[in-house]
Amino acid sequence: MKLMPCPMNGPRNISEFICGGEVEQMPDPVNASDHEWADYLFIENNLKGVVREWWMHVPTSYWFIAERNTETEEIIKTYPASELYRQRIEFNK
Amino acid sequence: MPLGLLKYGFSKAHPSKRHFNKPATLKPSYDVVIVGGGGHGLATAYYLAKYWGITNVAVLEKSYLASGNTARNTAIVRSNYLTPEGVRFYEESVKLFEELSNEFDYNILYSKRGHITLAHTDAAVRTSRWRAEVNKHLGVNSEVIYPDDLAKLCPHLNLSQDVRYPIMGALYHPPGAIARHDAVAWGYARGASERGVEIHTHTEVTGFEIQNDKVVGVKTNRGDIRCGKVLQAVAGLSSEVSRLAGFNLPIKSIPLQACVTEPVKPFLNIIVVSGSLHVYVSQSSRGELVMGASSDPYSLYSTRSTLEFKEELMMHLLELFPFVGKLKILRQWAGITDMTPDFSPVMGLTPIQNYYIDAG
Repeated sequence: MKLMPCPMNGPRNISEFICGGEVEQMPDPVNASDHEWADYLFIENNLKGVVREWWMHVPTSYWFIAERNTETEEIIKTYPASELYRQRIEFNK
Repeated sequence: MPLGLLKYGFSKAHPSKRHFNKPATLKPSYDVVIVGGGGHGLATAYYLAKYWGITNVAVLEKSYLASGNTARNTAIVRSNYLTPEGVRFYEESVKLFEELSNEFDYNILYSKRGHITLAHTDAAVRTSRWRAEVNKHLGVNSEVIYPDDLAKLCPHLNLSQDVRYPIMGALYHPPGAIARHDAVAWGYARGASERGVEIHTHTEVTGFEIQNDKVVGVKTNRGDIRCGKVLQAVAGLSSEVSRLAGFNLPIKSIPLQACVTEPVKPFLNIIVVSGSLHVYVSQSSRGELVMGASSDPYSLYSTRSTLEFKEELMMHLLELFPFVGKLKILRQWAGITDMTPDFSPVMGLTPIQNYYIDAG
């Protein structure tokens, strides 16, 4: 059993989690070109090595950020999203 | 008789022929460089030489021939897909596989078995009907069958209604087949090599030389070469290789695990698949049960095997075939699949001129 150290629930079986994809900077939804927006939605870095991703603990709907190595399958660290996003993001500017 | 056989085997009069010659050095320049010596790369080299007379071609493989995903699949050939585009595409592929042994004069052990996709819910029966109608419309042989016919086709299948996921029907696809995957690669390699294509194993591409968005050279661990055109056919590492050329792909690398049991006498002729239970199983010509399950739930480049995979697979397999409970697992492996957003392949042009891709 592979354990994921959840920042809120502690170490849990990784089958309780879903991976939400890489943490990416969202382009400005109002001013971004179609190309930039498609890039943001569909194109993956898909890195072999250390990646930073959104993960969710499904039973508690808790989203957080995990850094893991896709080559060795090590989970390096996990932390609440508030460590990366210190300000509220307004979508309807 | 055994002595005669030994004598024949050790006799110098019948030497085994190499499938391809490995040239000692890379030439300074090629018309086409194919990155990846698996099924797709070798097939491209073969058809370029055969139909287009392009033989100044190098196939570069970082390990031994067909050592990547070509060696890591479950060898099933079928065309019973759902989308018309998919059905037409894979129907061509089935026709090609059927004739491949004759084409190569080399046995790929193509074995037409029939393929059943079990349905355990009303929704799955409906999808089976949908797939069957799309298939029939495009001339592909598929039909929906129910437990009475299933019992005739596959008498060992547990059709009891007293299980967690009772079988309600199935999509039957008679042309479904299995083939010796290594032999497919070897046949293509031999055919390409005979026509003048150079196959360089243990040659890893480390970069590309790109001028004004156009590829002009390939860097390898055995020296740099000039090239006219490049084809990238490295499923499993597509994103990493395309990154060397300077662009990203809509692909996630997801492991797909599989395993085989110890060999037993032939009992399972047909290929059995259950989409809802995430099981597919067939018996190889060696007698091993070849089995696979669902993709892993997150992206990874590691080909490790997990206990969860085996637990889930065996739980469902034992429900379908309770009597295989005593069989032992012989080998397990994982292939790295290139998953695209619509599960379709990515083939064709790229943002770099003269740089083509075959992935997904």
